[in-house]
Amino acid sequence: MRKTLFIALCAFAARVSLAAPAPATVTIKDYRFAPAIVKIATGSTVTWTNKDADVHTVISATGLFVSGALDTDDKFSYTFTKPGTYVIACSLHPQMSETIVVEGGGLVPAAGIEPATP
Amino acid sequence: MDDEKLHTRRTALKCLGFGGAGTLFALAGGVLTPIDLAMAASDDALKRAALKPLFVQISDSHVGFSKDANPDVIATLNRGIDMVNALPHQPNLILHTGDITHLSRASEFDTAQQLLSRLRATELHTVPGEHDTTDPGAATYFGRFGQASSNKGYYSFDHAGVHFIALVNVLEFKPGGLGTLGHEQLAWAISDLKARSSSTPIVVFAHMPLWTVYEPWGWGTGDAPALIAELRRFGSVTVLNGHIHQIVQKVEGNITFHTARSTAFPQPLAGEGAGPSPLKVPADQLPAMLGITRVSVVKHPRSFALNDSTLGQIS
Repeated sequence: MRKTLFIALCAFAARVSLAAPAPATVTIKDYRFAPAIVKIATGSTVTWTNKDADVHTVISATGLFVSGALDTDDKFSYTFTKPGTYVIACSLHPQMSETIVVEGGGLVPAAGIEPATP
Repeated sequence: MDDEKLHTRRTALKCLGFGGAGTLFALAGGVLTPIDLAMAASDDALKRAALKPLFVQISDSHVGFSKDANPDVIATLNRGIDMVNALPHQPNLILHTGDITHLSRASEFDTAQQLLSRLRATELHTVPGEHDTTDPGAATYFGRFGQASSNKGYYSFDHAGVHFIALVNVLEFKPGGLGTLGHEQLAWAISDLKARSSSTPIVVFAHMPLWTVYEPWGWGTGDAPALIAELRRFGSVTVLNGHIHQIVQKVEGNITFHTARSTAFPQPLAGEGAGPSPLKVPADQLPAMLGITRVSVVKHPRSFALNDSTLGQIS
């Protein structure tokens, strides 16, 4: 009995540590988001930094958030609280896009709210 | 459907009826096609043709930009305004085809409005560019320029017997795609056109090109073809835009598509480099790459002559 509980706790701990929110960074350079695919755990915050001479924005394709204009070296952060796949774009340059995969990590998405899909 | 009807023989003959004006347009087009020639001789050409200036197009002023490609966009916009104010025949109407500001900031709009208020022309019409609408809901732009369109951005008006249609193709954003008018605007524009006779000269203006100039950079408007089809029955159509900071032109039947220079900074040719980054050129070459577009009536009111002037034309 004790042993079973211990294993269960270990498994729970492992699961939590795997899915623990951790900050991620994205660089905008040469009209690209790098990396183009970012995998994070639910609750993680992504920070984008514009390293181009041109202005960019960071927006979710579904309209979840809008960064506003980011000039050179400006930053924008967003915390993803729901699992799902999010398509990120720059509203000034439609050729730019990236995908943020927010993994569940055992957290249950709030009822009635659909995660963004591409 | 309607589109097919337009191509009946009768309509074709009717269009031929515009042959004189069309040819005139083509001749006047000769002034605008070789842009560099227009630079040197534009005023003389205007006088010779006794053209009545209809309006001036200003575009992509990017107030708030201060990088190497042009550290003083206020000075260059002022220079453009001085050029317009110095025209021997003052047009009453100015169109600004968007990217008035660089970062959609209230202070940038304030500065731009202050500068544009120096124009002697009494009417200023604007459409927003994507740089004007980066804040949520494009509230800053609409707070200042929304009245003409009841905050929709698109609207139409008549001036000197010409029907003008202002369109917005920067609000419905699609990643990987082109600019979008959207169903509602498209339906409105088509119904607006249906109420006009084919002999009404039409000017359509928007920020992004309404024809595909370069798809990989989104230089076009994905759902514009439905609108262009409706424009084909008209004897004289001019479709104007900014966005790409250089002159590109196309004539399709009675429809002339024309992109304007910026008053702020040039951009690279389509596909040159990673993206349409502000182009840094030697300071003495910059004025020749910035400019405004004058549109005059040829054989009023049937067709137009477009005349691009660089900021390098005045000292």
